[in-house]
Amino acid sequence: MNPAPLVALVGNPNAGKSALFNALTGARQKVGNYPGVTVERKSGRMALADGRPVELVDLPGTYSLTPSSPDEAVTRDVVMGAQEGERRPAALIVVVDAGNLDNHLRFALQLRELGVPMVVALNMIDMAERDGLVLDPQALSRELGVPVVPTVAVRRRGMDELRDALASVLGDGTSQPAAPAEPADIASLQRRARAISVAATVSETPVRRITHLIDSVVLHPAAGLAILIMLFFVMFQAVFAWSEAPIGWIEESFAAAQAWVTAALPDSFLRSLIVDGVIAGVGSVVVFLPQILILFFFILLLEASGYMARAAFLMDRLMAGVGLNGRAFIPLLSSFACAIPGIMATRTIDDPKQRLTTILIAPLMTCSARLPVYSVIIGAFIPARDLGWGIGLQGLIWFGLYLAGVLGAVAVAFILRKTVARGAPSGFMMELPRYQMPNLADVAIGLWQRAWVFLRRAGTIIMMVTIALWALLSFPVAPEGRSQVEYSIAGRIASGLEVVVRPIGFNHEMALAVIPAMAAREVAVSALATVYSIESDDEAETERSLGTQLQGRWSLPTALAFLMWFVFAPQCLSTIAVMRRETNGWKWPIFALGYLFALAYLAAGATFWLATALGL
Amino acid sequence: MRLDQLPLRERAHIADIDWTALSDAEARRLREFGFGEGVAVEVWHRSGLLGRGPIACRVGRMTVAIRRSNAAAISVVQQDRP
Repeated sequence: MNPAPLVALVGNPNAGKSALFNALTGARQKVGNYPGVTVERKSGRMALADGRPVELVDLPGTYSLTPSSPDEAVTRDVVMGAQEGERRPAALIVVVDAGNLDNHLRFALQLRELGVPMVVALNMIDMAERDGLVLDPQALSRELGVPVVPTVAVRRRGMDELRDALASVLGDGTSQPAAPAEPADIASLQRRARAISVAATVSETPVRRITHLIDSVVLHPAAGLAILIMLFFVMFQAVFAWSEAPIGWIEESFAAAQAWVTAALPDSFLRSLIVDGVIAGVGSVVVFLPQILILFFFILLLEASGYMARAAFLMDRLMAGVGLNGRAFIPLLSSFACAIPGIMATRTIDDPKQRLTTILIAPLMTCSARLPVYSVIIGAFIPARDLGWGIGLQGLIWFGLYLAGVLGAVAVAFILRKTVARGAPSGFMMELPRYQMPNLADVAIGLWQRAWVFLRRAGTIIMMVTIALWALLSFPVAPEGRSQVEYSIAGRIASGLEVVVRPIGFNHEMALAVIPAMAAREVAVSALATVYSIESDDEAETERSLGTQLQGRWSLPTALAFLMWFVFAPQCLSTIAVMRRETNGWKWPIFALGYLFALAYLAAGATFWLATALGL
Repeated sequence: MRLDQLPLRERAHIADIDWTALSDAEARRLREFGFGEGVAVEVWHRSGLLGRGPIACRVGRMTVAIRRSNAAAISVVQQDRP
């Protein structure tokens, strides 16, 4: 049996391609990667009217067949049948924005010259009508010489007609593409696109466009910035507030699983491996899922509505100061919740050097996993003194830690752009799409994919790492009367590490705590708790009593140094693993590990010495 | 007059683009957005509270954000008011 013919979905950015892909394939999608490049391959199955299956692949949006990013190169290679690991498409569905034919038809014309059978989806026809445009799809079809189907992908309209048209151009799926025509230059293609656009337009009534009205407020230099700050404030509140309950459920269910295994198995190394290694390790990752989903819910919503491009527009000036552009703003912002989705979101940055810089500084944004550590140390060592005007000393220290991360990122970005990630200061050029109501089904599909990617990629690696850490902490078995933690390999490594970290004010217990914190930062809290042998299952209880314990054992300079360490240290191996994925090799993750450790060491040291000199 | 100096909401058309002042990638992207000699253009928004930010201009049926340094490579002629 022949495999289902491959049909590629191509079009300009903002043509509504992803919504059309979702409308045609539903939730039957597979997300993978093209071999050798970090470009996502999204494919799905759909059936034609006669029941024949077709494999549909969603190609990255591009303005022409001359690529300016790795994503766009994949699009060119796939449609030309030159992409490794991909069959030559039997037909193309070219998505054009009905409200922007002048521009989108140019790319459609370029694709037509390839000689592959194609269908044009005249998408967002409702928005074009809202803007006062009346189009004639038949006239457009005559001019282009290919079937044209009006569609509204976000409302799932025109899908049956599109399937019928696809069936008619596919034939039996065995036709060879006609010989490609001589490639025309962009200016002449543009002229032809304009002429065809005029021929297909029945009438145009000028209307006051809704998008322009919204933009006059949203892009206003003062009001726009206030709206941006407010929106992201709400977003972060939600990330923390809404995630509290689901995080509790996840923790409870993992604790229940641990209790169940403990009861079901006899005391053995296997049980310890499952309970303390596998379940605890996987649990420590899955616990981030609610925050990641809430964050991506907002990001997908803001993206689908068209607001994200505006945020990039407003922030470009600020980002330009450190050699980046407005597009880097969103990934960095996401990194305040968690660097993993942040690094994944850098795919929208077209300049490879700027993307690399953004990936490398993302871990400096204070992620939510640092919060338990900050909370314990600040609670124990910083008095809750009121400084007046409603500002508390504890809050001020919190803010200072966030600020330290941001300033560090600014400095590092500036240096990287002058050294290892030096590149032409590629400008900021971005289309500001029309606003539109997002489709919740599209958002849900996007969320599902993010969740799956996160759990599968970060989950497998972190599980191996936690098992390794468990082994380091469990072997060799301590003889009676000696502490297992101290006697274990990890304990011995900590003794070695102590020599290195003593100059910056760290003691033996701290050296031991930063080792398991490599898996996830907040583990430092439970590790310290274990080391100071406080038996308590309730986390808040542990934090309180741990705080009192620490007060007696650590000096203030030591505590401050520990906080500064956590601002900079690359203490989460999932992030490093995602970095490896996104940069396609070990070079940059190792570089990041190195510079972040150096920075953490210097910052913690400077804090310790300064605080000691000041007699704190 | 250069595009970055064009007052907001003033109709104009592009007289000339100094392609040599742009990188290859920038020049290509501008062409892909539909910038070219003779094309009608308007500046709709300026980002500017934090210094001189990018501008948003209307080209054909698209709204496009570009930096002022790039806009400076584009010469425009204001249309006579009726």
